[in-house]
Amino acid sequence: MSAEVAYKQVFGWPDSLKKNPTHYCPGCGHSIVHRLVAECLDELGMREKTIGVPPVGCAVLAYNYFNFDMVEAPHGRALAVATGIKRVHPDKLVLTYQGDGDLAAIGTAETIHAANRGERITTIFINNAIYGMTGGQMAPTTVLGMNATTTPGGRDPRLHGNPIDISRMLAVSNGVVYVERCAVSSFKQIRKAKKAIKKAFQCQLDDLGFSIVELLSPCPTNWKMSPKAAWAWVNEEMVKTYPLGVIKDETGYEDKK
Amino acid sequence: MPSEKMLMRGSNVVGEAAVRAGCRYYFGYPITPQNELPEYLSARMLDVGGTFIQGESEVASINMVLGASAAGGRVMTSSSSPGISLKQEGISYMAGMELPAVIINMMRGGPGLGNISASAADYYQATRGGGHGDYRTPVLAPAGCQELAELTFVAFDMADKYRSPVMLLGDGLMGQVMEPVIFPDFIDLKDLPKKDWILNGCEGREPRAIFSMLLGQGELYHHNLDLQKKYDQITAEEQRWETKNTDDADIIVVAYGTAARIAESAMNDLRAEGLAIGLFRPITLWPFPSTAFRELAQNGRKVAVFELCLGQMVEDVVLSVGERAEIYFYGVPGGVIPTPAEVADFLRSVAKGDGEVGRRIDV
Ligand SMILES: Cc1ncc(C[n+]2csc(CCOP(=O)(O)OP(=O)(O)O)c2C)c(N)n1
Ligand code: SF4
Ligand SMILES: [Mg+2]
Repeated sequence: MSAEVAYKQVFGWPDSLKKNPTHYCPGCGHSIVHRLVAECLDELGMREKTIGVPPVGCAVLAYNYFNFDMVEAPHGRALAVATGIKRVHPDKLVLTYQGDGDLAAIGTAETIHAANRGERITTIFINNAIYGMTGGQMAPTTVLGMNATTTPGGRDPRLHGNPIDISRMLAVSNGVVYVERCAVSSFKQIRKAKKAIKKAFQCQLDDLGFSIVELLSPCPTNWKMSPKAAWAWVNEEMVKTYPLGVIKDETGYEDKK
Repeated sequence: MPSEKMLMRGSNVVGEAAVRAGCRYYFGYPITPQNELPEYLSARMLDVGGTFIQGESEVASINMVLGASAAGGRVMTSSSSPGISLKQEGISYMAGMELPAVIINMMRGGPGLGNISASAADYYQATRGGGHGDYRTPVLAPAGCQELAELTFVAFDMADKYRSPVMLLGDGLMGQVMEPVIFPDFIDLKDLPKKDWILNGCEGREPRAIFSMLLGQGELYHHNLDLQKKYDQITAEEQRWETKNTDDADIIVVAYGTAARIAESAMNDLRAEGLAIGLFRPITLWPFPSTAFRELAQNGRKVAVFELCLGQMVEDVVLSVGERAEIYFYGVPGGVIPTPAEVADFLRSVAKGDGEVGRRIDV
């Protein structure tokens, strides 16, 4: 019986995550963020009160991994679908999980307007600066000079336009109360990202408005890098275009250190 | 209890009928000639504690409908032709995901921005799916305000029964015109059949996922076959139509919606002249009421199809009748509404077989 006293569980499989192997590539940021979302929902006790909307993108099968109710949305329309859900179930936690093409190219209008309406929804935004699912084409967030399969010789602003900073654009809206940009490319950043995600959910639970956490997320496959080099590229290069930190915080929460 | 008799504009009739039929969620984007409907509902939803959102586009609106439907709401959107084109991706997803909703199309002239006058040029789009993939959408075609009210109820029930988007196909004239209407009584939301597939948080049960992507070996194949079974059942059980004066008719006019109203006036005028004209009015456009029509279109009767476009429903008439009867067609495009006299000229020409007005369809 003394074992009960001697052992305390400090790590385990989150309830909010199904025990299915994912299809993500080695070193992919998606699987890290899945885990963080699941841990946060567990800690908030919200798994059974959550409805999620995955993107069309590499995370399209997220309903096979998350252990709560989920409904597919057409490419880019997650926040419109989530709006419909939230209006039917205002007492549930509604989240969208979206890539950069989904959220900031084809779905830009749905993103901006849901945020601007102040929908009580939380968006987890995976910025990997590339179209992962379709094989490495330019994303709206592809940084200047970066090679994508549709930016031969690197992204040139005159030819391909500029990388878009949608999080800062959203921060301008009165409907948006919390915007933070984090990365999942170091242990320290991953811990920070988790805090941000939890805070964004709390913001919804407290009925404050729209919240979004952007996560700079490695795509070793389409960046044609090793996982280790991909982490380094996020930390050294990508952050120059997308500096990390809180972009907007009107939650009024006292951050506990 | 049904309502008192009320004088109301068609668009408002749909709005009031939807609320009485239990619709508590509306998402739409303004477009003429149906703006009175969202305007009406923006106020009416406040009365009944429902949700009205003016979406940022038709694309956003249909996807809000998708979300609300997945969450279990009785939900509707409305638009007119160009906006319905934008909704097609969402409708295809909803067909694939088997999500119920009611979609109103108050048709206007096309293609492109066209004009804002009444037209019936979206028959193909409505009845042939419109979006991508192997699916069908039930389509109901009212021919006046009273029927707008009644078919709105039918549309919501069909949508839930078959877990499918259902379209109510009217036109710009029908949306504007004022007619007396008696509304069916409010349904009690508690009496609606329970939905055991919705997303409302997985408390006390396994999580649910609703999706249309089926990548596993044979999964999409079997899903399509299952959908087809449902469509076969709808085809067998849901055909609706109305006939007038068909018993002794030598010529049967086939027309739906506003065109049927015009054809009916022409028929009445010609009956006074001694021409034995009857009317066959499809109420479901998909499924087209082929079975009943095939019965009628024989014994040497001629078939005269009249449409507010250059000939779309006529294909379903041909598919139903084949070579059993001579088929004639007269259509007016571009939002021009012909008078009963013009349609009467067509029918006289059909009677004589002189080909002066309209054309004979080569089967
Ligand atoms: C209407 C439509 N257009 C295009 C596509 C093809 N498509 C699927 S995912 C995708 C881009 C995904 O990129 P992103 O959103 O950045 O997600 P990631 O895969 O990088 O996580 C595209 C273009 C689609 N499914 N639907
Ligand atoms: S392609 Fe990129 S984003 Fe997609 S799973 Fe692989 S690493 Fe992740
Ligand atoms: Mg991406």
